[in-house]
Amino acid sequence: MIAPSDTLMPVTPESRAYSVVPRENAAGHQCLEVSLGPQHPSTHGVFRMDVVVDGETVVKLKPVYGYLHRNHEKIAENISFIGSMPFTDRLDYFCSMTNNWAYALAVEKLAEIKVPERAEYIRVIMAELTRLINHTCLVGFLLNDLGAWGTPLLYAFREREKMLDLLEAVSGARLMCNYMRFGGARCDLPQGWVSKASEIVNSYDRFLDEFETLLTGNEILIARTQGVGVMTAAQAINASITGPMLRATGVDYDLRKAAPYGIYDRFSFRIPLGEHGDTYDRYYLRILEMRESIGILKKALAEIPEGPFCADVKIRSFKTKPGEVLSRIEAPKGELGFYLISNGGPSPYRYHVRPPSFINLTLLEDMCLGSKIADVVIILGSIDIVLGEVDR
Amino acid sequence: MFGKGLIQGLGVTAKNFIESFSKPERMTTVEYPEQKVQVQENYRNFPFLVFDEDPANPRCVACKICEKECPPQCIYIEEVRDEKGKAVRRPAIFDIDYSVCMSCQICVEACPFDAIKMDQVYELSTQDRFEGLLFHKEDILKPNDYFGRIHPTDAKEINLKLREAADKKKKADEAKAKAAAAAAATPKPPTA
Amino acid sequence: MNPEIFIVRFPEVQYHRASDSYIIPHKYVPEVVAFLKEHPDFRLDMCTCCTAVDWLPETNVTKRKVIENIDGKVVERIEEVIEEKPQFLETVYHLVSVEKKHGPFVIRIRTKDREDTRVPSLTPYYRGCELQEREGFDLFGIYYEGHPDLRRIFMWEGFKDFPMRKDYVEPDDYEYEPTPHDEVLQKAKRHYPSPTP
Repeated sequence: MIAPSDTLMPVTPESRAYSVVPRENAAGHQCLEVSLGPQHPSTHGVFRMDVVVDGETVVKLKPVYGYLHRNHEKIAENISFIGSMPFTDRLDYFCSMTNNWAYALAVEKLAEIKVPERAEYIRVIMAELTRLINHTCLVGFLLNDLGAWGTPLLYAFREREKMLDLLEAVSGARLMCNYMRFGGARCDLPQGWVSKASEIVNSYDRFLDEFETLLTGNEILIARTQGVGVMTAAQAINASITGPMLRATGVDYDLRKAAPYGIYDRFSFRIPLGEHGDTYDRYYLRILEMRESIGILKKALAEIPEGPFCADVKIRSFKTKPGEVLSRIEAPKGELGFYLISNGGPSPYRYHVRPPSFINLTLLEDMCLGSKIADVVIILGSIDIVLGEVDR
Repeated sequence: MFGKGLIQGLGVTAKNFIESFSKPERMTTVEYPEQKVQVQENYRNFPFLVFDEDPANPRCVACKICEKECPPQCIYIEEVRDEKGKAVRRPAIFDIDYSVCMSCQICVEACPFDAIKMDQVYELSTQDRFEGLLFHKEDILKPNDYFGRIHPTDAKEINLKLREAADKKKKADEAKAKAAAAAAATPKPPTA
Repeated sequence: MNPEIFIVRFPEVQYHRASDSYIIPHKYVPEVVAFLKEHPDFRLDMCTCCTAVDWLPETNVTKRKVIENIDGKVVERIEEVIEEKPQFLETVYHLVSVEKKHGPFVIRIRTKDREDTRVPSLTPYYRGCELQEREGFDLFGIYYEGHPDLRRIFMWEGFKDFPMRKDYVEPDDYEYEPTPHDEVLQKAKRHYPSPTP
């Protein structure tokens, strides 16, 4: 009988892949082990990477996770179904609306609840607004990592503030919205919200044009991001990479078209695809995705019907049928999934989050080998991670 | 020409710089604490208990539903017990730990009596990490007019609903009293 | 995607009706995975989600009415049906095809019991399972054979026991809790004086 313990497999140079540090490079010089530690302005949260460098070139890179592990999955097993909705806000804390939607979708599939029309439109509007917020922030943070000391970041934040005011008017909180419920949304859109939102969305194209004039043709950006962090399509598919990272390598896979959920099949939008799979493609793909989202938003805001905003489902002592389900949505960072197993009781039996940021980090080492430390920071920035999701 | 992208970018930043002195949409700084941003009506931050006329008689009946449903378990309730030990429907202790509360609003949704609602306070800094943020019943009891001031639309609906319920109850009580009075006034039929 | 082809090719694989998934015995895993990746009808080239589930033993006792014919007389009897569900850990993989864009195909691999939790790993075939299987090892204790770098991922090195198992007992060292409830209140009473004024 074998009991798994902390000291794992037999120690051979290939198996203890973590701790073998190449002491000398080809010329006989010593390699340096650096910890890009958890407290770092560019690691997008508490994330540590143990990097072994030969001069400035990266030879080995091992990420260390777990600094923000809050055991969200175990809490959800002991709390009611609605009680873990506020905790799903805190998974990917930039995009709380999409996290809520993914969880609500999973529970609705289990309990076979039908969502009314107006609620579906509200959900699509909130998800696309969140996509705009997320991609704007990401471009800002990526430029911050590149060394543009805050200028694009604060321009991005200025636009984000307008959209956060919209979210606050609807749900009551800017970031942790806790807005979606099983069968729809928590409350209706207030008076005048649709016209305010249309104003902001219509002026967004002009902001993006200004942003692109500032950034896209910039020679420093091009020189530092083209050819850096290249990933091939076959590598990406095998490593379960999803989202803009996968589309930057040229693979046409977007869950809004491949496995439509909600009412996405009523909107016509294009899927931008990259060619080279490098950092510049990932950055520019996100700008193009934002333009497509603006198109979806304009149509949804114009077409939103009247009606009930939520199905008639009681919150307390909510039970579902026994069964299991995996719900998949296209979150701004990738494919977000909730895997729920229910045995008919008041709380789920097993609750698992399929986090896009965590799985997109699988190929971090492969992309960084051979580049400089400055490139490591940029590559990490272009993967778009949020530690709340990586560690849950 | 090499450097064209850089020069265009510098043009954008120059435009932003010059316009930040004249155009209101570029001037985004609010000089807190002299100027404060007006919060929106739906903004929520920390719960409070509502009373109608008398602070000693809040709407809360200490049913403990909000305590059970609260996800981070930050509410602690104890009921008032009279001399015989029977529970009177009022809370004796109603503690909310504001350092744990995440303003998720589930207590508000779960309350069947509209007794706990979301406040909009955000200037709550104290120097004591434990006792300074543990708010007791006296600190969180606020009148219904205050609720009407911060959330006018919700207050209008809820006041209407409660007034209708009170009217219905009064009518039912009056009908019962009239029926009892009529039964007492008519003489009993003589028994054979 | 036609599951019939799969069932015909691998008759040893069990179909789990309640969750529409397939339970694969350990020794057939390499063949099954190669088939699913290469057969032109399936082409499942991405493993979207790899989770671990802990099934505790359950005993369901239900009563059932039985009508019997004894010596020509019809007799009704109430009989107890005892259903024992065994205990094991299992890993659930959702496989998806990016090329053909069809939906999740679910396979399950079960451990023998809760002590001997060795299971073949799918990381040599799908690189995306690497981090998720590390999570399964760290939080559940499932030992994936063939994984290139199996070590704890969220918990720190030197942590004993596996937190996500259903029979995990958490340690008793509580910080100051201002509003404790139920079991937390009992534990807090043991360490601190009464918290309420």
